[in-house]
Amino acid sequence: MAGTYYDPADLPRFSEMSEGAPELWTKFMEYYGAVFEEGALSEREKALIALAVASAVQCPYCIDAYTQASLEKGSNLEQMTEAIHVATAIRGGASLVHGVQMKNIAEKLSM
Amino acid sequence: MSTPFPTLQKRGDELASGESQRRILEAPGRFPRFDDVLDGVGPLRTTSIDVFQVNVGKLCNQTCKHCHVDAGPDRKEIMTQATAEECVRAIERSGVKTVDITGGAPELHPTFRYLVRESKRLGCHVIDRCNLTVLNLRSQADLLEFLAEHSVEVIASLPYFQARQTDAQRGDGVFESSILALQKLNGAGYGQGNGRQLHLVYNPVGAFLPPRQASIEADFKRELKQRYDITIDGVYAITNLPISRFLDFLRTSGNYEAYLQKLIDAYNPAAAQGVMCRTMVSVGWDGRLYDCDFNQMLDFPVEATAGRHVRDFDPARHVGRRIRTGRHCFGCTAGAGSSCGGETA
Ligand code: SF4
Ligand code: SF4
Repeated sequence: MAGTYYDPADLPRFSEMSEGAPELWTKFMEYYGAVFEEGALSEREKALIALAVASAVQCPYCIDAYTQASLEKGSNLEQMTEAIHVATAIRGGASLVHGVQMKNIAEKLSM
Repeated sequence: MSTPFPTLQKRGDELASGESQRRILEAPGRFPRFDDVLDGVGPLRTTSIDVFQVNVGKLCNQTCKHCHVDAGPDRKEIMTQATAEECVRAIERSGVKTVDITGGAPELHPTFRYLVRESKRLGCHVIDRCNLTVLNLRSQADLLEFLAEHSVEVIASLPYFQARQTDAQRGDGVFESSILALQKLNGAGYGQGNGRQLHLVYNPVGAFLPPRQASIEADFKRELKQRYDITIDGVYAITNLPISRFLDFLRTSGNYEAYLQKLIDAYNPAAAQGVMCRTMVSVGWDGRLYDCDFNQMLDFPVEATAGRHVRDFDPARHVGRRIRTGRHCFGCTAGAGSSCGGETA
């Protein structure tokens, strides 16, 4: 048992999640593979979106995988950093825009 | 421009020896052997000898961090005129159509121009594997004119279209000097889609695989045109093989095992079918024969039955020659494949 919840050696063990529900795993992997194929968006754009989402959901496995994938699709550090800023802006903006909800409630409650 | 990375040889590093490198690469343990993974495709044999690649030696004006030759200004391995003449006789006997000259910086070697002239006289297409900065050396003021006059194809290294990545791999100031050299090449008619061909070699600046060639080529063409008004004929995407100084980088940065595993996981049987060693022979600075430039740097000569020196080169004995492989070969078979001409699958 690793000393921490997150262990880099766990990433290659991802496929062990097929045990217990192999059909669901197969469906997920087919879908996952199709999502990242070149389509209306390029593979490179999809890897950058994945990197930004990985940062937003704070998944160290996905950050590792999609940092490598972004480099391997030809992105550079500037592009990858901007992608992280997009995630950061949306996370920050999402908190801030929820302030309107606070305002609505405060207005309703106040005299 | 500086040369900040001393050669492995100068450092007295164990990786300076090809045998030590192979011992590390072939260590028993968790990684499969290349020939076992080849299953169905192998064992690899040559099908023809279309390319005669000559490595004239390890002298270079740079000491790039990833160099698979461990080249540098301090290297003394330089082809002699006698060996170059043996090469020319072998080229004539073989009837090959392409002579590919590499190094080090091949242009700095005394036999370079002789090999170009003689190969042209024999009707061969000649490739110069050029590091670009050599074109700006004072001693090479007439090099560009020489290359253009002989319609030598220039295949030049530029790992990225930005200075930070390029200089991190190749040394401070290399990017700026490379851009100047590319502008000079354009000025001499190179990279304009006519007879004077100019291709760039992209290779990853780190422990990751290259992108698809078409995708990185489009980036290079667009960015070089926009930023520097440079045009090129194409880009070859090449994977770094885990040998020599790149192996040193992998080991000291803690990336060795993950990188080898990445190459193995990306094994592509179609790329294995297309490996460049099936259609070439590689000659070392001392005339010894190898399956490819990588095996040359691992001191891993061709199988003995084919004859191991260029003076004895008999093309018939090299067709069907069994290729000597190792785990470094996973670099040629990963993803879309990798060769001196880029993708293979
Ligand atoms: S990679 Fe090429 S330019 Fe760089 S040190 Fe090696 S031979 Fe010289
Ligand atoms: S490293 Fe050399 S021998 Fe091995 S597959 Fe590549 S070209 Fe062939």
